[in-house]
Amino acid sequence: MRHIISILMENEAGALSRVAGLFSARGYNIESLTVAPTEDESLSRMTLVTWGTEEVIEQITKQLNKLIDVVKLMDMYEGPHIEREMMLIKLRAVNTGRQEIKRLADIFRGRVIDVTDAIYTIEVTGTSDKLDAFVKAIAPTDIIEVVRSGVTGIARGEKSLRV
Amino acid sequence: MELTGADIFVRCLADEGVEYLFGYPGGAVLHIYDALYQQDKFKHVLVRHEQAATHAADGYARCTGKPGVVLVTSGPGATNAVTGIATAYMDSIPLVVFTGQVPTPLIGNDAFQEVDSVGITRPCVKHNFLVKDVNDLAMTIKKAFYVATTGRPGPVVVDIPKDITAQKASYHYPKRVSMRSYNPVTKGHPRQIKKAIDLMLAAKRPMLYTGGGVILSRASRQLTELTRLLGYPITNTLMGLGAYPATDKQCLGMLGMHGTYEANMGMHNCDVLIAIGARFDDRVTGNIAKFCPTAKIIHIDIDPSSISKNVKVDVPIVGPVDQVLREMVKVLKEGKQEPDAAALKAWWKQIEEWRAMDCLKYDRDSDLIKPQYVLESLYEVTRGKAYVTSDVGQHQMWAAQFYKFDKPNRWINSGGLGTMGFGFPAAMGVQFAHPKETVACVTGEGSIQMCIQEMSTCLQYGLPIKIINLNNGCLGMVRQWQEFFYQGRYAMSYMESLPDFVKLAESYGHVGMQITRPEDVESALKEAFAMKDRLVFMDFLTDQTENVYPMIPAGAGLNEMILV
Repeated sequence: MRHIISILMENEAGALSRVAGLFSARGYNIESLTVAPTEDESLSRMTLVTWGTEEVIEQITKQLNKLIDVVKLMDMYEGPHIEREMMLIKLRAVNTGRQEIKRLADIFRGRVIDVTDAIYTIEVTGTSDKLDAFVKAIAPTDIIEVVRSGVTGIARGEKSLRV
Repeated sequence: MELTGADIFVRCLADEGVEYLFGYPGGAVLHIYDALYQQDKFKHVLVRHEQAATHAADGYARCTGKPGVVLVTSGPGATNAVTGIATAYMDSIPLVVFTGQVPTPLIGNDAFQEVDSVGITRPCVKHNFLVKDVNDLAMTIKKAFYVATTGRPGPVVVDIPKDITAQKASYHYPKRVSMRSYNPVTKGHPRQIKKAIDLMLAAKRPMLYTGGGVILSRASRQLTELTRLLGYPITNTLMGLGAYPATDKQCLGMLGMHGTYEANMGMHNCDVLIAIGARFDDRVTGNIAKFCPTAKIIHIDIDPSSISKNVKVDVPIVGPVDQVLREMVKVLKEGKQEPDAAALKAWWKQIEEWRAMDCLKYDRDSDLIKPQYVLESLYEVTRGKAYVTSDVGQHQMWAAQFYKFDKPNRWINSGGLGTMGFGFPAAMGVQFAHPKETVACVTGEGSIQMCIQEMSTCLQYGLPIKIINLNNGCLGMVRQWQEFFYQGRYAMSYMESLPDFVKLAESYGHVGMQITRPEDVESALKEAFAMKDRLVFMDFLTDQTENVYPMIPAGAGLNEMILV
């Protein structure tokens, strides 16, 4: 099953490679990985999307916790949570296609953020599924470039991941 | 007063109580060596290859429980040390390894003798550090020792660029250190301990399976007390030998691929398995699908990631083995419950039947020297009191089977990584730690040649190690697998052009002996061990066709042993 694991770690050089190295050394899957400093500049927050059986996910969280730089982590799938990913997508938009792409972007609550006479660049935010659906809705020949941020997530309600 | 980084380094090690620093100089660590030259708080041991420095420090750590400390230069110094670091990592041995690094401004420039030491060692260390500011040096060294020795121990690498060792800072060595991201468990959960005891006492066919964690946790006394209190059979892993007296009748010897019949059958048929400081390694479990099919499993380990990693566990207890066992003994003594005496009697009757198979028997009338006989004689001649290091292969398994360790920290071998070349330098570390004790290195003509240059170090420091070279002229364990599983195609497992080990030992200034007849084995050992202040290289020419039995082939269960 797919899991989103959020990790607070010491904001030190090499911390990211410890996590990436752990995943490749132990043969765990990584679907996406994002990392950036938090409001406390000594900490980085990483969000990692992985999949595996319950046993594998349990090992992944234990092995991550074992890394000395990892301060705390949370498996978002243990409770209600919100996940978001952002996509910037550059599309060929000419003639009647311009209207259609704009309408489609509206349906997905996307925004056109850059325009030329032949191109729309659109920003869409949502779950990974939603972004997938948007990409699917566009004719492949119209897609020039896609960039996705990878998933970030946060728990709903009182529950939080902090030191 | 301000000190240079090199002087801070020396002060830190002195304040940490380091006795020996195993190392090899080079460009990036010259400032540090200059500082070492001008101090007398601890001794530097000059090895002949950096791999040997890490193994020697490792041997020192395994026999004392204290961290082993290593200093090597950048580039090849660091890469040569990696095998030793990985060896320590797999067996959870506390090491602090200092690697020199090129000056900070040159890092990343492909400078002379530059490698990314932190990157290269990352997968085989508990943690590593690159020191980027001389003001952080002392704190980093403190953290390195703290991380290496607490929780589940392991090697820590500290990479120190050369310019840092020349820069100055004020010296303060912290007494304690705390890290928000590292808080090892100090106590097992009382409710889990209670649950485990209830399960243990309800057992009809119990089995204690204990590993290197007992020795690392210095919990031998608690384990012995618990085992005797319960009256249950106990088996040790390769890493756990000596944690419980091997000569005691409750001890069934080693388990696993080359374990005893009684231990493996006991494991396979038990109804409650009590795993203590052991990690269900594949050499222990055989085929996981066939492992302990009827058992409920209790597992005590300090590392949560060891629990249910390979085998699903029913009652996990995360905590230090010594504390958990002490608590268990206390609860057992206070409680009114007792083991099921009738069931236990029947279980022991069954075990004694298995034991009567005498699975370690071998041909005692052979005209050739049987390696097993050499080890039995070694045990007799040293009265079971030697510190025994070993290399990797058949000789290692025979040493584990035939040398009965009654005390912990006396059996020193590379269990997890299986590093040939480990035994001899490890013996140096042991001999430094215990100058008056008898230290024997059991090896083979393959393994010994992987670190044989250390005979020079032994001469320099007068280390009277006894090398027991079981020379069968081939890579015995490889040959055994080729005989069993490759229809006798002995691909490259023969050691041709062996040196004359007697002359080699002599050329290094030591005593060499060659023993070719079974009737000379015991007298030769006596003669060698009587030379208290000399290194003696004993080259035993042994029966090439001898195999290690019992053996569990790949894919088989513990009850599917190949016997003699």
